[in-house]
Amino acid sequence: MHYDKEFDASGLSCPMPIVKTKKSLTDMAPGQVLRVVATDPGSVCDMAAFAESTGNTLLSSATENSKFVFFLRKA
Amino acid sequence: MANKKMAIIATKGALDMAYPPLILASTAATLGWEVQVFFTFYGLQLLRKDLSGIAISPLANPAMPMPVPMPVVVSMLPGMEAMATSMMKAKMKKKGVASLEELRTVCQEADVKFIACQMTVDLFEFSKNDFIDGIDYGGAATFLKFAGETDVCLFI
Repeated sequence: MHYDKEFDASGLSCPMPIVKTKKSLTDMAPGQVLRVVATDPGSVCDMAAFAESTGNTLLSSATENSKFVFFLRKA
Repeated sequence: MANKKMAIIATKGALDMAYPPLILASTAATLGWEVQVFFTFYGLQLLRKDLSGIAISPLANPAMPMPVPMPVVVSMLPGMEAMATSMMKAKMKKKGVASLEELRTVCQEADVKFIACQMTVDLFEFSKNDFIDGIDYGGAATFLKFAGETDVCLFI
């Protein structure tokens, strides 16, 4: 999937993957896509809740090589 | 989407109990919520400039996982609290858990309002110099004014 920016949250625990994902989105334009990689299994539910709470769209949530990969489109 | 609001009363100053208010406050602020945290009694420890004294004790804490089963009488020995604290901090660092300082900074950068309970500040004879900058001092009426308008209100 095409993305405009990437943020690697590997090694971070709750709530930092979400806090830093939000920070990564701040300098992006609406419609741009952010790819996030995380190792915290809790981030699967958290990223979906973050997207729903903030209006950003979670385009996909998948597991790749035992890491969690998310694509978020900025609202 | 109208902003949600959350109010938290933080009353505990032990390492394990310091995390929930700061994690919830920083996360809610990240979600765009308006957040206030009212620190009272031992919760005031979380506002001190120096957080290095925040500790965890294995004593009277039977749920705390220990590398080996430990009788209560051993948990009472001098140095056990310091040992448990340094072990917990090392484990947290290894697991990527943010430090209290880091979470507190996230809160302040995201405009979480910190309020120190003036009554307990006076009770424990703290000076404003003991605490970080950018906090308010108030009482129950200050807390309730905001708490009455919130979607989530927690006592920790």
